[in-house]
Amino acid sequence: MNTPASATVSATQNLPAPTRERPPADVVGPWAWARNNLFATWWSTAITLVLIYAILRASLGFVEWAVVNAIWTVPQGASGPDTSSCRAIKGIGACWAVIGEKYRFILFGRFPFDEQWRPAICVALFIGLYIVSAMRRFWRKELVLIWVVVLAAIGVLMWGGVFGMPYVGQDVWGGLPITLILSTFGLAFAFPIAVLVALGRRSTKLPAVKLLCVLYVELIRGVPLISLLFMASVMFPLFMPDGVNFDKLLRAQVAFILFAAAYLAEVVRAGLQALPKGQMEAGDALGLSYWQKTGMIILPQALRLVIPPLVNTFIAFFKDTSLVLIIGIFDVLTTGKIAVSEPTWQGFSTEVYLFLAVIYFAFCFAMSRYSSGLEREFSRSRGR
Amino acid sequence: MSQTAHLASAAAMDAEPAILLDKVNKWYGAMHVLRDVSMSVAQKERVVVCGPSGSGKSTMIRCINRLESHQQGSIVVDGTELTDDLRALDTIRREVGMVFQSFNLFPHLTILENCTLAPIWVRKMPKAEAEELAMDYLKRVKIPEQAKKYPGQLSGGQQQRVAIARALCMKPRIMLFDEPTSALDPEMIKEVLDTMIGLAETGMTMVCVTHEMGFARQVADRVVFMDRGEIVEQGPPIGLFENPQTDRLKLFLSQILRGH
Repeated sequence: MNTPASATVSATQNLPAPTRERPPADVVGPWAWARNNLFATWWSTAITLVLIYAILRASLGFVEWAVVNAIWTVPQGASGPDTSSCRAIKGIGACWAVIGEKYRFILFGRFPFDEQWRPAICVALFIGLYIVSAMRRFWRKELVLIWVVVLAAIGVLMWGGVFGMPYVGQDVWGGLPITLILSTFGLAFAFPIAVLVALGRRSTKLPAVKLLCVLYVELIRGVPLISLLFMASVMFPLFMPDGVNFDKLLRAQVAFILFAAAYLAEVVRAGLQALPKGQMEAGDALGLSYWQKTGMIILPQALRLVIPPLVNTFIAFFKDTSLVLIIGIFDVLTTGKIAVSEPTWQGFSTEVYLFLAVIYFAFCFAMSRYSSGLEREFSRSRGR
Repeated sequence: MSQTAHLASAAAMDAEPAILLDKVNKWYGAMHVLRDVSMSVAQKERVVVCGPSGSGKSTMIRCINRLESHQQGSIVVDGTELTDDLRALDTIRREVGMVFQSFNLFPHLTILENCTLAPIWVRKMPKAEAEELAMDYLKRVKIPEQAKKYPGQLSGGQQQRVAIARALCMKPRIMLFDEPTSALDPEMIKEVLDTMIGLAETGMTMVCVTHEMGFARQVADRVVFMDRGEIVEQGPPIGLFENPQTDRLKLFLSQILRGH
């Protein structure tokens, strides 16, 4: 064939290979980027300048309030701390003294003051548990054992009554340990339930199981978490025979697990649906059993696919634990609110809520950073 | 082995065919996809199944290891009839290896893990032994150096050769190929066909759905032509291709040859 097109192809093939290997300096680097994206036209330059001004104003204002004009401690008067200096600068500077005075109450609630080292260790244990679980080289069977031991240790520390630690009833537990207990136990139990429900909902051979899973998800998802918590705390005891009574925290925990599992099940199902049918067929053709296929081929891939929405749900539920306030359990948000309802500290809720926001942000941001790290690692190991 | 000698040995083993389909019927809803398909494959016989798309050839081969279930008739593989009995199904799937058009390697496992998964979990083979076996087969398909990589890092032809090695690691007595080269770029088809020819030379019983007529001529003992869910014509490749009896096969052959 001798069409013009093929002639051009052979002509270009005879050319020497292009010699320039790097792009010229004026199209890469921060300056080139800024010129292209921020100052490309006079209109874009104007917007950039206005926004820079606005950002500077806002952040300088915040720094002035939070640092420059802030009061860090207040003198102790005869009837407790004297907050008159704080009230004098209200609106101009922050009064961080409220955190210094009340942080023990905010973090640990009404737990006996002298025993608060116990919930403090529990919080440390929880964080240690998260870090160990996050490291892939600990992803072995022993990890389950570590969880059981740590959670048991946390139970012993919180309740006490052994090893010379006085007994502390659940009614006075509060603050950060409550938030961590509810979310850790909640998600740790909800996740396996969710996987089973998702698998059940996709079952073709067991219609009864499928129906049950559909009903479970739709019923639980169809009501607000608050109503489930109310049911757990008010209605559930009515159905129990006299004398049988589960603890309020446990009931809230169960309601929380059921609720989270319904949502997570749908996330997991999305991952199951995204897998090509050929993966299951290849497993079938090799003679693998249903659970072998599911455990070694389907779930590892499906769960990797849904890491972003999974972590999204985890983060949402971590924050939703604060709803237990409506049935009289004091999580860290509630203890913060109570701390500023005291007459001495009334009016300093901004500082306390900022403090709480930092705590929540630390946990949630850690989760989201971890998930994106995990995604990167998985995509690297697949060579894409 | 000469053609006549091979046919003689196949006839001798005719007593127990490797695969026997008897009046198999299947419907997808109202669509009749397999019509009274009867076919027998002798031990060590190599059968190529061809036909236009939608002729039911893939459905038939997928019925042989019950990735699809048939609704009428009987299928007997290696003396075991395919029913809803899970134990029979397990036996058959251990004996029958399958290679898919789209490879279906497990992307989250390395090449070696892809090959050792089933021997370890289905055959209960010790890990070291399974790995040794897998390396043997990876050498046979000429890619032992890729063992530590993931499927996504390999070319299509390499992936399909891994898929063949993965199936062979289960030491099957029968191999099914469902259009193994249809998803490959032209320059990769040859490496996969060469692997399959090598396998055919070892005496493996093979049923292969393919449009590669050169492959059929070279290795097939018999070619089966299917159209609209039924077997229209079958016979040794030379006779079938040189002297087609039906208009449908003539039309199909002319289309295939024009395409090549």
